[in-house]
Amino acid sequence: MTLAIERASGDAAAKPLAAQAVRKKRKYERPVWEEPPTAVGQAAKGITLGGVLLVMLVPLWIIVVTSLSTQAAVNRAGGLVIWPTDITFEAYRVMLSDATVRTALLVSLGITAVGTLVSMAVSVMCAYGLSRSRSLGHRFILMLLIVTMFVNGGLIPTFLVVTGLGGYDQWWALILPSAVSVFNILILRSFYSSTSLDLIEAARIDGAGDWRILWSIVLPTSRAVTAVMALFYGVGYWNSFFNVMLYMPTDSEKWPLQYVLLTYVNRGNGMPGSVNNGFGDQFSQTAPLALQMAVVVLTLVPLLVVYPFVQKHFRTGVLTGAIKG
Amino acid sequence: MTSIRADRAGRPARLSWRIRLRRDRSLILMTLPAVVLLLVFNYVPLFGLATAFQEYDPLAGVWQSTWAGLYQFERLLSDSLFWGALKNTLWLSFVQLILFFPVPIALALLLNTVLSERIRNFIQSVVYLPHFFSWVLAVTIFQQMLGGAGALNQFLRGNDIGTWDIMTNPDTFALLVTSQVIWKEAGWGIIVFLAALAAINTDLYEAAAADGAGRWRRLWHITLPGLRSVIVLMLVLRLGNALSVGFEQFLIQRNAVGHDTAEVLDTFSFYYGIATGDYSYGAAAGLFKSVISLLLIWGANKLAHAFGEDGLYRK
Repeated sequence: MTLAIERASGDAAAKPLAAQAVRKKRKYERPVWEEPPTAVGQAAKGITLGGVLLVMLVPLWIIVVTSLSTQAAVNRAGGLVIWPTDITFEAYRVMLSDATVRTALLVSLGITAVGTLVSMAVSVMCAYGLSRSRSLGHRFILMLLIVTMFVNGGLIPTFLVVTGLGGYDQWWALILPSAVSVFNILILRSFYSSTSLDLIEAARIDGAGDWRILWSIVLPTSRAVTAVMALFYGVGYWNSFFNVMLYMPTDSEKWPLQYVLLTYVNRGNGMPGSVNNGFGDQFSQTAPLALQMAVVVLTLVPLLVVYPFVQKHFRTGVLTGAIKG
Repeated sequence: MTSIRADRAGRPARLSWRIRLRRDRSLILMTLPAVVLLLVFNYVPLFGLATAFQEYDPLAGVWQSTWAGLYQFERLLSDSLFWGALKNTLWLSFVQLILFFPVPIALALLLNTVLSERIRNFIQSVVYLPHFFSWVLAVTIFQQMLGGAGALNQFLRGNDIGTWDIMTNPDTFALLVTSQVIWKEAGWGIIVFLAALAAINTDLYEAAAADGAGRWRRLWHITLPGLRSVIVLMLVLRLGNALSVGFEQFLIQRNAVGHDTAEVLDTFSFYYGIATGDYSYGAAAGLFKSVISLLLIWGANKLAHAFGEDGLYRK
């Protein structure tokens, strides 16, 4: 039995070169055999793709502009502001002067940093450990990993195990239970398997052990996939809020930003599941809407900072495997 | 050490496990942290499934709780809330299959016809972005755009057309959550199809064009067959996950539209298992879902094999 993911990511590892070659040849020119496009077709295509872009970008634009607006501008617009009139950073100043938001920001950054580090260390080691063909027991360990993709205890047994280990209200409960993504390990593994054997053999003859090979050869030659996996893990930790709800719902000192966003947005809009503590009264005094939008922007910023650097690696093969499972 | 390794290049090594253990001990050591984490947080909970057959008492623990046989499952099957959750899950899954599934394929086909690489890359980086948003953020954005106080209603009120609160309307909830999924995930979904499109041999198109096939016929006879195995694979996955329509998305919006419409199996085990402390009941609901899901994956894969495709795993 071969899993589709393994096949797919194996192909993916081999693909980038070929894909680039094809793309080079095509460049901007329409192939000679292809009929010229009709005006109607071009227009329809342009409108559709333009519409897709607008649907993605307009909400973000409105949110950013509103977060930068004064209360007067918000009142004038009757709510969200579409065209920036008087720009002010007041909402951000108020937001960052709030203890809950500041703590939440630190908590989120901390969980994301530590969690990503733990996940990457564990995954990279495991992936390399499994990537050398014919090593003792790697088939068995691989099977052990893959089984968990199909069979799991589910929410409640996992909850009982974590709380049984004393995880309630503990930081590790937000990180360790979801630290390993078998999926990401399989992707990494398929890339490591395709690392040039000559290079590894040469290093081995020079006396390098497996740890050394992983650190000095395999990791540096697979930076793209490492960056993408780190983004996956990082985004996972940054976005998580349900485990907070499970393991530390009462202590607002330990809430991450997403949970504050949930709570705060609830409060602002009467949204569901609200837990009405944690926010000072100052929020209801100054530009509530702008402030809400500032919190939204705050949860977006780290992602928008990292995304451009990693996004370029999505292209060609890197992620085909990742998506296929 | 090196002489043992040299075997790997050519003839099959026949080494005793003791030598291999010595040789590979650091490799095995490397896998250890991941294996331990999976054992603790994935395998141990499997034993915790025993709670589904118990009257679990948090103070007594799994070993000391009273066994209840299939009592929890009998409760489930006679619980109209559970049937409601199952019905909602299947309905939402169906709506997503019809409305969401074709979108990434269509988008990938469309994007593939854009000749300028720069425009293509730009569109790709924009449509991938929402995939990395949390559900809290995505729902917030929808709330701000379509909610009672959102941009749409602001516009409607401004023009005296009345209001239309999409976010809390149970009748349109399925469409709402599906459009959220489309907004958030359809862009990301195109990656796999773009890769499959790039793998299609361009000579085929040229030959077909030379034989007089127009663009629609080329689409039908070359492009779609080229995507066939990927589409089947995605379909198998979708069918196998028919009982998982998303969790956080519904958790966040459940109270706004009411649990009659927004309760799905996952939120059911959370609300009636953990939130109320009725752990055994929630575990039974979870187990029920897992078993059906496994059967679905197996069945969908059989179906794929019947169509001559690989599906999720090869035979």
